[in-house]
Order: sequence, then structure tokens, then C-alpha cells
Amino acid sequence: MNDILSVLIFFPLIAGILGLVVTEKSIRAYGISVAAVEFILSLWMWFAFDPANAGMQFVKRIAVVPDFGISYYVGVDGISLFIVIMATLMTLIGIIALNIKKDLKNMILTLLFLEVAMVGVFVSLDAIIFYLFWEFSLVPMLYIIGAWGGEKRLYAAVKFFLYTFAGSLIMLVGMLYVAYVYQQTTGSWSFALTDWYSLVLIVPVQKWLFWAFFLGFAIKVPMFPFHTWLPYAHGQAPTVGSVILAAVLLKMGTYGFVRFSLPMFPDASVMYITPVAILALIMIVYTAMVAYAQKDMKQVIAYSSVSHMGVIMLGIFAMNAEGISGSVFFMLSHGIVSGALFLLVGVIYDRRHTKLMSEFGGLASVMPNYALIFGVMLMASVGLPLTMGFVGEYLSLAGFFKISPVMTAIGGTSIIFGAVYMLSLYKRSFFGPVTHEANKALKDLDAKELTALIPLVAIVIWLGVYPKPILQPIDNSVKALVSFMHEKAQTPEAKNTIVVSKRTKEAQ
Amino acid sequence: MLAPISVNLASLNFITLSPMLIAIAGALGILIIDLVKKDLDKTLYVILTILVLFVDMGATLGLTLNERGFFNVVMIDGVTILGELLILIASMLFIPLALTSKRFHEYSYPEYFALFLFMIAGFQFMVASDNLIMIFVGLETASLALYTMIALHNTVGSHEAAIKYFTMGALAAGFFVMGSAVIYAVTGSVELYDIAKVLQERMGEPGMMVPIIGGAMMLIVAIGFKVSLFPFHTWTPDVYEGAAAPMAGYMSIVPKIAMMIVAIRVLGMYIDLGVETVRNVVIAMAVITMTLSNMMALVQDDVKRMLAYSSISHAGFVMAAIALDTTKANSSIFLYYTLFLFTNLGAFTLLWISRHKDKTHHARYHHPYVKFAGMIHIEPVAAVIMAIFMLSLTGVPPFSLFWGKMYVISATVDAGYIWLAIIMGLNSAIAAYYYLKLIVYMFLMPAASKARTVYNNRSLALEIVIGIAVFATVASIFYVQPLMHYITYLIGASGY
Repeated sequence: MNDILSVLIFFPLIAGILGLVVTEKSIRAYGISVAAVEFILSLWMWFAFDPANAGMQFVKRIAVVPDFGISYYVGVDGISLFIVIMATLMTLIGIIALNIKKDLKNMILTLLFLEVAMVGVFVSLDAIIFYLFWEFSLVPMLYIIGAWGGEKRLYAAVKFFLYTFAGSLIMLVGMLYVAYVYQQTTGSWSFALTDWYSLVLIVPVQKWLFWAFFLGFAIKVPMFPFHTWLPYAHGQAPTVGSVILAAVLLKMGTYGFVRFSLPMFPDASVMYITPVAILALIMIVYTAMVAYAQKDMKQVIAYSSVSHMGVIMLGIFAMNAEGISGSVFFMLSHGIVSGALFLLVGVIYDRRHTKLMSEFGGLASVMPNYALIFGVMLMASVGLPLTMGFVGEYLSLAGFFKISPVMTAIGGTSIIFGAVYMLSLYKRSFFGPVTHEANKALKDLDAKELTALIPLVAIVIWLGVYPKPILQPIDNSVKALVSFMHEKAQTPEAKNTIVVSKRTKEAQ
Repeated sequence: MLAPISVNLASLNFITLSPMLIAIAGALGILIIDLVKKDLDKTLYVILTILVLFVDMGATLGLTLNERGFFNVVMIDGVTILGELLILIASMLFIPLALTSKRFHEYSYPEYFALFLFMIAGFQFMVASDNLIMIFVGLETASLALYTMIALHNTVGSHEAAIKYFTMGALAAGFFVMGSAVIYAVTGSVELYDIAKVLQERMGEPGMMVPIIGGAMMLIVAIGFKVSLFPFHTWTPDVYEGAAAPMAGYMSIVPKIAMMIVAIRVLGMYIDLGVETVRNVVIAMAVITMTLSNMMALVQDDVKRMLAYSSISHAGFVMAAIALDTTKANSSIFLYYTLFLFTNLGAFTLLWISRHKDKTHHARYHHPYVKFAGMIHIEPVAAVIMAIFMLSLTGVPPFSLFWGKMYVISATVDAGYIWLAIIMGLNSAIAAYYYLKLIVYMFLMPAASKARTVYNNRSLALEIVIGIAVFATVASIFYVQPLMHYITYLIGASGY
């Protein structure tokens, strides 16, 4: 059982290499089966997971470069468990819904390689192995955007790659510095996160390291002002690319904050709550406004996804259990909801080869099932209670309320703005008379699309009504994280900020 | 009346010279064979050369650490052994590339292979000595052979390249000699260990810093020419462009390694003595080199020129580590170049495979980016391999050069130069653009013209060499540990 994570990482890799043998005609079935097996394996991991244990489970550590302290070190806790499951789920859904004709085989194999990188990032406990998967994830995505994208796909693909690559190199310098400090303190090299956690860094060092890691993660999130690559990437990427990008790749950034920045630099994190929160607020409000101004449905969803990532950032920098659990939960719901929305836009794009809202209108009467599912996902995106979107958004904002009520109020406008742009999108595309001749003959969702979308709808409603089975393990691990940060914090402000959450935790 | 010189043969310790002697004997053997019988095929000479290199490698591995010989001018330490091994490995990968399916002018001369072995002997002398005169002799032996080999390619471009390289090389040699002369004037010795001792004593004397730094600067200029550091790098792209593709790949590795070892010895001595000016100048040159050549590489239309600029940039990257002068930094140089050797030689070899005699795609260049457009559809395997090399050069894990980059940056961080590490990181990000450009052309662009990209120069030998390079690039994660261990052991043993 301890090797389940290695199986999860390397199964798609081996399947991807062996898949070269499978012929083009049968490749879809192959892709779906592999992704399904992977998903079932990840579910199996969940069943074997002990929800009462807040620490790392299924830990495996094999030295790779012992002289330099690099080891293949993987493990999973409540924070990463569900992100991994979401990654495997969204890959499966993405492959099921795949409808490209050109080079289908390359696409499916690329998706399998991408899955390796995604699972790898979330289960790595060694910084270099984390970095390895983190960087490697860029390559398949570059290919997906560049080979199957829209008109400006090359520009979008290269911009995506360079932006993230530049940021992560600075992060690499930070990582190497942490390892150096570790070596100076203990006398041996180690890149293992658990070893790094035990390292108490002095505040000035924490400060610059915080920004080095921030640059790597923030570009990925993407935080304002580094968000400009995302609308291009989304705008040009094929549907499956957008789905994976929004659902999983962006989460790598926020996950990085939770896994690296907070526990390693608690003092610096507390110190920089305000600047980070301001950036997050700009991100929320500004991109929401930009989303409203878009004419293209996919761009609306792309910008809305940036806006919601801002709320996740607020939740993480709430520095208390509610906020962080909420934001981890929000990462999941954002992944599923925005992934589903991108799939839905892809559906209409396949039929009409346009994503402009002005081209549509009255779709609800032509495609009732489509309109219904779109409506549910849209409500979840806005954060309607009893959908999955509400739980995460509410908890994130509630957590941040303890830091600053005013900023939370501004952040809360994301719900209002979200309603504005989403409902106006819905109104313009789905209601009213059918104005375009071409729209009258549109077919409703077919079996393949329903297979991809119905599970997502079910999850959105199930976890909206009853989030506990997922929230509980997340909360356990997050509480352990928060109390660890509290223990480790040196400055009184940090102690105070993080202690607030601890008291509330005990009061519960 | 001069006292008679008596030399004890045992004190010459000829075993320390064995690698060079083997190469020279091999070269003479090839010349003799040519003398006895004409019209022998190049395959004979290629295999003979490989065998000589093989014996040479055995001799190198058999050397004992920290020995001196041949009037004390030959010094075998860890750096020597590493340098000789790298030179031999690169050469053994390079020489089979002569077994192309097309005929090329240079390989029809047995002298080519003799020159090749003389060149190797020259480089081995360079890395195996701390005597400035001996280094100079090695440098010139190697360089003169190299100029001729470039010219033997016998195209207009190659003549231009050879003459340009020769002129620049002569200038560099001049600087090296003048620098040595100044040092001799100050210290009365050309042996680095003597020089270090005398400099140590005389550093405090008033006005002494001017000749000390002046001599150092001249040596830096000479090193800069050979390693192609800014502002002495201008010859590199033209020479690489004119030379045959594998030759260009070879030049981007072996002469640079040899000169870097000289730099480690010479500049390391100054930095150890606390001459901060030398360190600062080297760091400044390294930073400008990597940044500027990155910028230049961005705007190139030709892949070979791009690779030329990229190899300048890599050299700058590594020169920064030389300035740090810690054991880890010196180890990282060798780790980096070992990994770089396979990747870069592989990339240049792929250009060699896809060579056209006539320029079908571009009026001036042999390998413009357009030529690679849509290569994934025409030659999927070659495209994937090239992409792997490019990703490795970019520093994307898990491909080999990532480990080298990581280790160099780590050494920089350890030495306290965080700003330098950040510059290195940013430069790697800039570099990503031009490597990606090739990948984008190969994978994401439609094939531009109907003119088929014919891979007309392929042969089994080339495929084996590329196979080795690919294996070394992809499987690096499995051998980085023993490699790093061995390098660190050798460097540590020689006290750098």
C-alpha cells in the first residue's frame, strides 16, 4: 500500500510510453481506460487514507543523489489528497470529452504525460522532485496549446512557458538557498520538505525567500500583475487544455503557497499579508470587471477563474484553519466548476466554431439540457449556497475576516461581480429569442458530453450539500499546519495572527 | 663554464606523460600507414583513432593522483584526470561522426586523423601542467591542428572560419605569452606554485599591484578568447558556422574545457591570493557574456549560429563558477561540462545528419529555422530527439543539463553570490525562448515548403553517437550521483 503513490505517478508514464504502440483508431479507448484506472487508483488511495491522521501518509523515500540530499520522497496528506483525486478525475473527464480529430494519439499520450507531472507535483515532498515535476508539466501543456490551439497559439504557448519558467527559476534559487542554510545548520544536505520544516530561518532571510518562492508560485496562480499569460493561454488552448489548465495547473501555485511558503516562512507570510492581500483584491475586482467587458464566452470564464483564484489567495493568507481549509476546498471546487465551464464552452464551440456571445441567444430553447447544466455550473461558479462553490468561497472569506473585515468586504464583491458577469453571459447566450438561423438546428448534448458532465454536476451538488467527507480530512491537516506555524513563528505579530485561529480551533 | 646536467631517468616519471605519448604515437602511426599504403579507406583511420583514444583512456585512468614528472612541468592531479577524460570522451564521440554516408573533403585525408590526435595530445598537455610555458606549448599544438582541421572542410565558409580562428587565436596566444612574461618579470618563475609563493611575498610592496593585475588581465584576455567570453567572443558564431557541424559541436566543448582548466589553475591562484580585481573582472565578464550572447541568440535565423551563441552563454555561465573558486564550484564546472558535452554534441550531430550540400532553404544559412518546420511529421524520431536536447539545454528537468545548472547555481548560492544566482536563473529563462523557438518550429509549424528535408547523411555510426547522447541526456537522474561523487572526490583530492 505504501507504494500507491509511486504507482499513481508512474502508471500514466508507462501507459504513455506503451501507448505509442496503440494505433490511432483505438487510442481513445486506450486513453479512457488508462485515465479511468488511474482515477480508480486515486480513489483507492482515498479509501486507504486514514482521515484521522493529519500527517503525511503512504510516505516513500528513496535517495537519488545522496551526496546532495536529493531523494525521491513522496507522501500525501489531507491537503494534497483531494487535489490529486481531482487531477486524475479531470484528466479522465477531459479525455472522455475530447473531440479533436487531428493527431488524436499525440494528444492523448501528451495528456497522460501531463497527468504524471500533475500527480507528481502534488505528492512530492522533496523540493527538487517537486521542481522536476513542476517544470516538466510545462512541456506537455506547451505542446497542447501550441499544436491544437487557436490562431495565435504559438504566441500563447510560448508566453505561457516563458512566464512560468522564469518565475520558477527564481524559486529554484530560493530552494537552493534553503538547502544551503539547512546544510550550514545541520551539516548535511537535504531537500526533503519535512527536514526543511524543522529549519527555523531568521526573519530577514525569510523575507527574501518568501518573495523568491512567491514569484514562482504567483506566476502560476496567476496573481495580478503576472496574470497576463492566462487569458492568452485559455483563449488559444483547445478545450481539454483549458480544462486541465484551469482545473489543475493553476492549483499548483496555490498549493505551493500552502506547502512551502506558509510552513517555511510563517513570519514573513504574516508580515506580507497586506501586500499579498492587496494584490489578491486587485485580482478579484479588476479581473471581474475585465470579465464583464469580454465578448467571448471563454474569456469571461478565463477571467472569472483568475478572479476566483484571488479569493483562494485571500483564504490562504488568512493564516487560520477556516481560511486555509476553505481555500483548499475552493481549489477543488474551482477546479471542477471552471473545468466544467470550459468543457461547456467547448461544446458550443464545436457546434458553431465561435465563442462570441453575440452569436448566440435563446440557446435554452434549442438545447435545454445544455442550458440546465450550464446553469448549475454557473451558479456554482457564482457561489450559490448548496453548490460546491459556496462552501469554499464562504470559508475563505470567513477566514480572512479575522485579518481584515474591510478587505474581506472588498473580496466579497467577487460574489456580486461574479453574479453580474455570469448572469449577463447567461442572459445574452441562453435567453431571449433565437436570433441566428444557425442556432436553430443545434443539437443538444450527446451521450459523450453527458458522460463527461453529469458526474461533475453530481459532485458539485453533493459536495455543496454535504462537504464533510472532504472537508474533514482537509481540516485535520490544515489544523496541524496552522498549529505548526504557530509553534514555529518567531515574531510576536506572527504568533498573534496565527494564534487567533488556534483559539477558535479549540473553541470548536 | 656550465655544469653538466645529469638527469635521472626515473625522476622524469614518464608514466605521467603516457596519455600524450600514446596520442602522439597513434598520430605518427597513422602517418606511417599512410606513407606505406595509399588509398586506404577512412573507416580504417576512424577505427584506429578510436582504438588509440581507447588506450589513451586506459592510460589516463591508470594515472596516480598528485604526481609530477618530466622536469616537474607535468602535474597529474584530479583536475588533470577529469580534463583528460572529458577530452577523450568527447573525442571518442566525435570521431565516429566521420563515418557519414556522404563524402566530405576532410575525411579523405589520413592527415586529418593524425592532426586530430596531435590536437588531443596538445589539449592533454594543457590540462596536465601548471607551467605557463608548457600550457602555452600545449595550447598552440592543439590550436594549430584545430585550425587546419577546420580548413580541411574545404568550403568557402570553412576557409573563412579557419583564418578567422587562426588570427584570433594568434592574438590570444600573444596575450598569453605577454601575460606570462609579465608574471615572469615579477616573480622570476613560470611555475604556478612558485609564482603563488613569490606573489604572496611581494603583494605588499608598493606599486606591485599594477604588474600583478596587468599580467593577470593579459591572461584573462587570452582565456577569454579561447573560452569566448565577452568581448572576445565575436569570432565564435562565424567559426562555428563555417566549420562542419560536428566540428562546431566539438569546438564548443573540448577547447573550452581545456582552457577552463587553465583558468581554474591560473585565475584560481589569483583569487586564492586575494586579488579581488581578478574575481570581479571574471564575474563581470561572465555575467555580460551570458546575458549578451543570450540576447544575440534570440535574434538568430540559423540554428547553428543560435547553438553557437548558446554555447557562448553556457561558457559564461560556467566561468562565473570559476570566479567563485570553491571546491563545489569547481566540481560543478566539470559536472556541467560533462552533461553539456553529450547534449551539445548530440544537437550539433543532428544538424550534421540533416545536412544538405546545396542550400535549399536559405540563401546564406545551412540550417535556418524554416528548415525544421514541421519536422515532427517528416522525421518524428529526429524531431523528438532534437526537442530533448533543446529541453536539456534549457534546463528543464529531468533532462541532464538541469542537474548541471542546479549544481552551478547551488555553488553560487553557497558562495554567497545570490544576486549572481538570480542573474543565472533569469538568463536561463531568456535562453528558454530560443530553444523553444526550435521546438515550436519542429512541432507546431506546418512544413513550410514541399522541398523534402532529406536526412541524407545518416549512417549507423551517427545513429549510435546520437543514441549515446540521448541516453546520457534522458537517463541523467540515474548517474548524477556517482558522477557528482567522482568529480567531487577528484577535485577535492587536488585541493581546488
